Amino acid sequence: MIIKNLTVRFGAFTAVDDVTLEIPQGAIVGLVGESGSGKSTLAKAVTGLVPYRGEITGADPRRIQMVFQNPYASLDPRMTVGASVGEGLRLPRAERQAEVERLLSLVSLPATLAGRYPRELSGGMRQRVAIARALGARPELLVADEITSALDVSVQGAVLNLVRSLREELGLSMLFISHNLAVVRYVADVVAVMHQGKLVETGPTEEVVGAPRHDYTRSLLEAVPRL
Amino acid sequence: MRHLLRTPAGLAGTVLVTAMVVLAVIGPPIWGAEAEHIDPAVILQGVSDAHPLGTDNLGRDILARVLVAGRLSLVLALLTTLIGAVAGVVLGALPSVLPRRGARLVTGTVNALVAFPSLLLAMFTAVISGLGARGAVLGIGVALAPGFARLTQTLAASVAGADYVAAARMLGVPRLRIMTRHVLPNIAEPLILNLTQALGSALLALAGMSFLGLGVQPPSFDWGRLLFDGFGRIYDTPAVALGPAVAVALAGIGFNLLGDALARAAARGNATVRAVPGAGAVPHEESEPDPEAVLEVRDLTVTFPGGVTPVRGLSLTIAPGEIVGLVGESGSGKSLTASAVGGLVPYPGEVTASRMRLCGNDLDDLTEQRRRKLLGTSLAMVFQDPMASLNPALRIGGQLAEVATVHQGATRAQAWERAVDRLDHVRIPEPARRARQHPHELSGGMRQRVVIAMGLMGTPRLIIADEPTTALDVTVQRQILRLLRQVTAETGAATLFISHDIAVVGELCHRVVVMYAGRVVEELPVERLATGAAHPYTRALVASLPDMETDRSQPLASIPGRQPAPAEVGPGCAFADRCELASERCAELPPLVPYGKAHRVACWEAS
Repeated sequence: MIIKNLTVRFGAFTAVDDVTLEIPQGAIVGLVGESGSGKSTLAKAVTGLVPYRGEITGADPRRIQMVFQNPYASLDPRMTVGASVGEGLRLPRAERQAEVERLLSLVSLPATLAGRYPRELSGGMRQRVAIARALGARPELLVADEITSALDVSVQGAVLNLVRSLREELGLSMLFISHNLAVVRYVADVVAVMHQGKLVETGPTEEVVGAPRHDYTRSLLEAVPRL
Repeated sequence: MRHLLRTPAGLAGTVLVTAMVVLAVIGPPIWGAEAEHIDPAVILQGVSDAHPLGTDNLGRDILARVLVAGRLSLVLALLTTLIGAVAGVVLGALPSVLPRRGARLVTGTVNALVAFPSLLLAMFTAVISGLGARGAVLGIGVALAPGFARLTQTLAASVAGADYVAAARMLGVPRLRIMTRHVLPNIAEPLILNLTQALGSALLALAGMSFLGLGVQPPSFDWGRLLFDGFGRIYDTPAVALGPAVAVALAGIGFNLLGDALARAAARGNATVRAVPGAGAVPHEESEPDPEAVLEVRDLTVTFPGGVTPVRGLSLTIAPGEIVGLVGESGSGKSLTASAVGGLVPYPGEVTASRMRLCGNDLDDLTEQRRRKLLGTSLAMVFQDPMASLNPALRIGGQLAEVATVHQGATRAQAWERAVDRLDHVRIPEPARRARQHPHELSGGMRQRVVIAMGLMGTPRLIIADEPTTALDVTVQRQILRLLRQVTAETGAATLFISHDIAVVGELCHRVVVMYAGRVVEELPVERLATGAAHPYTRALVASLPDMETDRSQPLASIPGRQPAPAEVGPGCAFADRCELASERCAELPPLVPYGKAHRVACWEAS
């Protein structure tokens, strides 16, 4: 999928400024930047939640799905896990249940969870349910917006492992957005750095992390806390 | 339901409404004949044993008529509310379903209707649709609709912004279905609460219409009509008017009390906590107070009613110039520990400790006034959200200066000067100009600097920083960490740094205290954190954190399961059911015991 000259304006404010980015088939592109850099707005534009100028080619807009930052807000509290995951499925009732079970197993959740409500689940489990719901639409692109930043460290690892295994097993393309460079470095094949609405550096992960070319990338790298 | 009956208002409301419903069911069959019975011998009589409320101009018993009229009054009120609610909810929900232009039109109509006086709207509709019960019901129903529409619209707008609605839109769920499956169920509760109160108002308004002669027409009668009939005689036989008046008043009060109580019960229902008896604190061996320590806490326990114990027997000592990091997941009790030290645990939390010493003073021995003075001058607190510590309506300089005028008795000019000096000290550019600005004019990082400067107005002995960088960007986080380190070194204060991020703690702190489910599980020098941690939880935390050197070909370590909630913690090791090393011994609580130099761990299996 290719994002070409994408611009998002809110009144006089340009949130995303002429961004061109390629997301190769089956690759995870990590998008890093600080708050206000426009990375979440770019995600919303790609998923069609905000109007934009520019072009997105190579993906059916109906098959771009997104997973949100806060798993406590992204599941309807009044719907069971099964109903949430099955909502977007265009299947007869009999097949639907089997498909929900398949989707839950893809994110390593037991089928028995389908009858539970979100409030009974931990943050990590909710985030898996949100991923399963997105996978139900057989997405060509999955946009993951800060999906681990509301999670505790002890479950963050499991969600990151899941993201990587989905790429390997399903060949899923993904736009993985995070402010945490260490997390992006771990999951992404390509890293794109955003700053004040513009893309300042893009390249294979090892290159961007090992030999950053832009000053801003360098300052981001230096700021990563180390044990 | 139990909450509903526990308050006097809730009880009264429930009893009145139940009585009203019972009356509506049994009234007409029992007293119907008597109410219709015309007796020319006893017309227009006053109070007597046979007729406790007198009789009307056809000799009918008024008490019987009041008891019978309950059904019609209630049925009309129900109908009216139904009309108002259905019309209102549909109008309020339409803007979320219609295309943009249609939505604007509906919103504008609702706005205009809300601005229109409801009594006029009711009378207007009633007059158009003809006198009588039908006109009154329609009129008041229409008058109720704009309120419902506005409420629905506001509630729906807040739910429509939720992530789960965005997710459904992305999945291609049609708008109408989003409305019925996601929006309406999630706003049903406040709407239903409003319905009960609307019932009360509808009943009163209908009685009002009938009283004005615009409502129910003879030979039908409701309470308002009876009041209208009796009103002419109020000076010679007050009982004939008072009977229906009391009935109207009681019914109105009943519905309103019930609505209020329902709303309160619903609000409380959201905050209830499950109560499981928790294990108490472990008694700690008595030891001499540490004269060097700035902060010394022994066996700190924070309890909330219902056996919820988020902090369990925590002990902590911080020396001057030392930065101690307190790490743990959300719900581990780390923030409440900080609140307990600062005396900020919210009601009804209860704090106990066998020792709580700050700068050599036992906080329990001090009078309230001296305790506040000690905390006010020697403790500086920095929170995650700097706006929580800053008053958005006041200038920054004034807020800082207040510390000096209240605690140090400085004049306003001296205090302002010191405020500017402190802002300069935390490297805020152009401090004199910034001091005259309001908090909203500053960025998040700058605000956090202001809060630190506020702590530096006195000479802090203890700095408690609770997730001070969590809301900040990494580059700003780095600057704030550097500032905290510099401030600690300069002032010789002890710093307690609370964070969920073990990497940040590892970078800033000298010593690390790891909390799990309210207890300290390990305490170790920062140099040992990366490779020398002994507790399986600490080790798993370190392993599950990706850093810039993590091997990308290997899966990350992760911990199965989740931390037990404060009400669920059992008597043994709380980590046991997530732990690979767990054995039978873990059913017993492991004590925090020394493990090498300056290192303590609470684990039976640590090796």
